[in-house]
Amino acid sequence: MNTVYVDNNATTRVDPAVVEAMLPFFSEYYGNPSSMHAFGGNVAKSIQTAREQLATLINATPEEIVFTSCGTESDSTAIWATISSIPDKKHIITSRVEHPAVKNLYEHLAKKGYKVTYVPVDRQGRLDLDYFHANLSEDTALISIMWANNETGVIFPIDEIAQAANERGIILHTDAVQAPGKIPVDVQKNHVDLLSLSGHKIHAPKGVGALYVRKGTKFTPFLIGGHQEHGRRGGTENVAAIVGIGKAAELAAANLGSSMTEVARLRDRLEQGLINNVEMAMVNGDTTSRLPNTTNISFEYIEGESILLMMNELGICASSGSACTSGSLEPSHVLRAMGVPFTAAHGSIRFSLSHYNTEAEMDYIIEKMPPIIERLRHLSPFWNQGKPDESMFTGAECPI
Amino acid sequence: MWEYTDKVRDHFINPRNVGTIDDADGVGEVGSLACGDALKLTFKLDDDKRISDARFQTFGCASAIASSSALTEMIKGLTLDEAAKVTNDDIAQFLGGLPKEKMHCSVMGRDALEKAIAHYQGQTVPKKEGEIVCECFGITDLEIRRAAQENHLKTIEDVTDYVKAGGGCGNCHDRIGEIIAEVRGKPLAVKSQPKVLTNVQKIRMIEETLDREIKPALNQDGGDIELVDFDQNTVYVRLRGTCSTCAASQVTLKSYVETKLKELVSPELVVSEVTQ
Repeated sequence: MNTVYVDNNATTRVDPAVVEAMLPFFSEYYGNPSSMHAFGGNVAKSIQTAREQLATLINATPEEIVFTSCGTESDSTAIWATISSIPDKKHIITSRVEHPAVKNLYEHLAKKGYKVTYVPVDRQGRLDLDYFHANLSEDTALISIMWANNETGVIFPIDEIAQAANERGIILHTDAVQAPGKIPVDVQKNHVDLLSLSGHKIHAPKGVGALYVRKGTKFTPFLIGGHQEHGRRGGTENVAAIVGIGKAAELAAANLGSSMTEVARLRDRLEQGLINNVEMAMVNGDTTSRLPNTTNISFEYIEGESILLMMNELGICASSGSACTSGSLEPSHVLRAMGVPFTAAHGSIRFSLSHYNTEAEMDYIIEKMPPIIERLRHLSPFWNQGKPDESMFTGAECPI
Repeated sequence: MWEYTDKVRDHFINPRNVGTIDDADGVGEVGSLACGDALKLTFKLDDDKRISDARFQTFGCASAIASSSALTEMIKGLTLDEAAKVTNDDIAQFLGGLPKEKMHCSVMGRDALEKAIAHYQGQTVPKKEGEIVCECFGITDLEIRRAAQENHLKTIEDVTDYVKAGGGCGNCHDRIGEIIAEVRGKPLAVKSQPKVLTNVQKIRMIEETLDREIKPALNQDGGDIELVDFDQNTVYVRLRGTCSTCAASQVTLKSYVETKLKELVSPELVVSEVTQ
């Protein structure tokens, strides 16, 4: 059975050119980049090349790039580095729809005495900018707002947020792991101070990430140790993976143009195909400002894990915002923040494409999904003769 | 990805007895759309008052569907008294086990069955009583207590896995912890009787304990032990090797061998050495 992989916001296939670039660093060039000898020194040069490649992707300078082990480390570093550097201010701002890498750290800081403002989103997942502006204060140390949402693909107005932050001298961190290679990311146009990246979202391997730190930004290392990364991140470099993320960054920049237009075309074909062929299916998120590769569709009155496992039987790999898939008991905090009704939140499926996907794959999904949905609705007590039926279960309601 | 057994997968992909029985004798509905799972169970009785048909409709994940399907298979042919004895663990066992985070699916099956039986017997489904502990999922102390007792739950996480309580905001974790402590400290009135073992069972367990626990320890010091006889809770053993000449052998016998056997087999045992 062929695998149809439409879960690229979870992780991506490592590009063969990236693998090829990495391989020599496992066998031939195994030197330590910190060593005095040329055998290690040459490896340091390869890291520098990767730093340049990554800087080019986001229009930064190489010295502003710190390599990390993953997106989560980049987020943690950005947040801890800032609040340790600005110990007097005790107010921090984030959105209600951040990835757990940011969300859970902010919740942790709230318990430690920080005043946290969670900026809400509307039904389309758009940030409430009035609320954001109204809550900026003299005591605000840090703002963490993601560039684009991993579940819905909705893109946030980072330029407007950056302007407001800059005017008040507040540090702005953005978790941008879903953006590069899909939409232009330019730290000169959008004046952010700290920006998190992840390798495995852009066809590099897992286990490598990067943090952009604008020149002049106050910074305290998160991993304290050796002098690596100009004293900003201790620990011997994961050389092969860093070479990989550099190569992937170069390819991502090249992919932005026609290749992403094609991905968007395939995404739209899939989305339209599903909406037209399945009753009571709806798209979650603002379709006018969205990553070109992502669509989040709710199939009402059925549950996401069941849908995913039925899809799995046919080789189709996607994700769901349902409670059951995460091991938590509540559906996606993103969809809940958007006010998506429970009838739809539990049955939401995220399809996220890459340039490896084909039109034939989209048509395969469009063909296979309607029977899956029909079958599960046939099993559902909330669906009766082709229509929703909520007449039962009037008793215990679950208030979440 | 969850580790589902082949049987769970089979009952999910090929669910048995889907639908509703129009002139059902018993109907049980549990769960809600908001909670993310719900089950409607209907059954029909034959002239002998046995369940001749059972059907389900489920909104939920694969294990919820599989648990419901399994339940309908399990109760067909049973009298209501027999069906009433089906536990959530029976449902999980029937499926070859469920991931522990999914045990609440089996609890949902059991709850629907109870409601359906109560419905047949003309009892109004008992309104939830007790204090609401978990506000997110509307779970009472009584439900938590019952799940904790029946399934020997030890942690808050266990309780969440079985009845969802504590799986939302987390504000009730302290209270759940207290309930678990109460349940564990103060065993149920109907707690299972201490097991009565037959002599044959005792001998087998004594032999196992000697082989697994005691002999390896004695062997390390060049000693050994052999079971000679068992009568009226007295275990007759013969010490061998260095043990047979060791001055401390009586201490070994009482403070080690007897203690182990009392702990692992039965508290009434007494050990006696056969010297010959």
